[in-house]
Amino acid sequence: MIEVSSQVLKNEFRISYEDVTTEGKRLSAVSDMSTGQTVAAAPELGDLFPPAKKRSAVWGFCVRHPTIVIGGGLLVLMLLIAIFAPYLGTVDPTALAPAKRTREPSAIYWFGTDMLGRDIYSRVLYGTRVSLVVGFSVAFLASVIGLALGLVAGFLRWADGFLMRIMDGLMSIPPILLAIALMALTRGSVGNVITAITIAEVPRVSRLVRGVVLSLREQPYIDGAVAAGTRVPMIILKHILPNTLAPLSVQATYICASAMITEAILSFLGVGTPPIIPSWGNIMAEGRALWQVKFYIVLFPAIFLSLTVLAINLLGDGLRDALDPRMAKKI
Amino acid sequence: MGGYVGRRILSTIPVMAVVALFVFSLLYIAPGDPAAIIAGDQATPADIERIRASLGLDRPFLVQFGEWAWRILHGDLGTSIFTNLPVLDLIKQRIEPTVSLMLVTLVLAITIAVPLGVVAAWKAGSIIDRLVMLFAVFGFSVPVFVISYLLAYVFALQLDWLPVQGYTPISQGFWPWLQNLILPSIALGAVYIALIARMTRATMLEVLAQDYIKTARAKGIGQGGILFVHALKNAAVPIVTVIGLGIAVLIGGAVVTESVFVIPGLGRLTVDSILRRDYPVIQGLVLLFSFAYVIVNLGIDLLYTLIDPRIRY
Repeated sequence: MIEVSSQVLKNEFRISYEDVTTEGKRLSAVSDMSTGQTVAAAPELGDLFPPAKKRSAVWGFCVRHPTIVIGGGLLVLMLLIAIFAPYLGTVDPTALAPAKRTREPSAIYWFGTDMLGRDIYSRVLYGTRVSLVVGFSVAFLASVIGLALGLVAGFLRWADGFLMRIMDGLMSIPPILLAIALMALTRGSVGNVITAITIAEVPRVSRLVRGVVLSLREQPYIDGAVAAGTRVPMIILKHILPNTLAPLSVQATYICASAMITEAILSFLGVGTPPIIPSWGNIMAEGRALWQVKFYIVLFPAIFLSLTVLAINLLGDGLRDALDPRMAKKI
Repeated sequence: MGGYVGRRILSTIPVMAVVALFVFSLLYIAPGDPAAIIAGDQATPADIERIRASLGLDRPFLVQFGEWAWRILHGDLGTSIFTNLPVLDLIKQRIEPTVSLMLVTLVLAITIAVPLGVVAAWKAGSIIDRLVMLFAVFGFSVPVFVISYLLAYVFALQLDWLPVQGYTPISQGFWPWLQNLILPSIALGAVYIALIARMTRATMLEVLAQDYIKTARAKGIGQGGILFVHALKNAAVPIVTVIGLGIAVLIGGAVVTESVFVIPGLGRLTVDSILRRDYPVIQGLVLLFSFAYVIVNLGIDLLYTLIDPRIRY
């Protein structure tokens, strides 16, 4: 007769004899100390059913949302670079040194120097500031303005038709062209770049918010609030606004990413940030004439720009999955 | 049906009117003196006056807008400040490369993205799916000029497989024409491919969960038939919609791609006009691109009934 070793019983899992034998290889003959009989004993079940590991809440979150962790981590790194740019072994990013122009990357000039002998490593690090300022400002401004317009359009029927026709019109101008047209009429400055890109992004945000508001209006709890005599501003503030924040914050990350790309494109084309300010688009614009022979001038700002945008997009994807699993399935 | 088509076509009129009004009034609402900004820093007061007069900034807004809109409706987009040529002529000279670039990109993007999305949905959760999604994230994140430079550097400069820059008209042969467009259209199409592949995957996932797919499988229809005939046909509407909306991305990207690859198209004209502050040309181009975008999406809306017979108006 074959007995199942008592070790099995130590575990609280009830396992039938058949279950153990199907795991044929795991059965091993051991001699039972008390009787001296040779019995088939299953190994400790720890092997079969690993005990549920106790994870901390933070670690659990990281495992479930790796994109938020990777994206957020990269973004924090970029933020640190932007803040501490002067202390990271950089020199004055605008200092000219004509004698040392277009040096290849080396131990002294990590990323090389440009046509005017400026240190590209320093310029790229300082460029982080411009990109992040433009990205965050546009994301914030476009969200706030779009939120206000969307709430108004979603709640006031008479304003809806008018506002949405204007937004439809603006949305049918490709965003980059719209920003270009705006920049052609103003002098280049970081403030003007932010304004131009914000105007190009607002229609999309207001459309999104309006859609959310329209679907929320049909919810019974809004009817309940109306029946209870809650005033419209209070309904918007207490019941509608909180529900728009989740999709809006996801949208804001995407706006931040696209604003950074647009800023770089505008600067690259010569209508963005003034050329004296080191921004990634400007560095690439300066490297344009030489890209076939001095590729590194274009390469380093390109890598930084792509990494930052990638970080923000990953963060946005992760936020979207975390905040609304139903939406995550759709796209 | 006829009523719907009529209404849908009419609904583009207010949209275009808003675009026109916006593009026109920018000159007036821009901070500072647009005539001085357009004339540049070295301009004499006489130059500024000349530009002010040629833009009509010295006359009342509504009168100006009325005359301008009237001329546009008659096909006159104004005259370039820089070259003194009619804007319409400038556009005609430059339109072929841009249309070629867009068409090649469109064909390339759809033939790559749709199968990618279908396979990703079919093998959802697998390594192929993950790779496609990863590619999509990169497609969204790496800006078009970065991809342009990388492609040009690797495939044209280092490997010497394709020409680095330039454009050959199609009248000089199909292959030379295509050769010059391959790299730009891959660069331009990357975002677009990511967009379409993601949408295809998402819609296909929904469709593949339907009961009629099980029925088709039970009937013994092969995997290819199920994916590309039964499922894709029913997933077509959202995919075609996103293809239409993505045209905006293509137009913006074309401006950049044409600059990098030195293609003498409308995008290049846009950049040149900005640098010369040639506002009438910029106005004309913004109007033209927006019009093209609206018309393409109008066409797609009207196509829905053909793609999906369940949709009736």
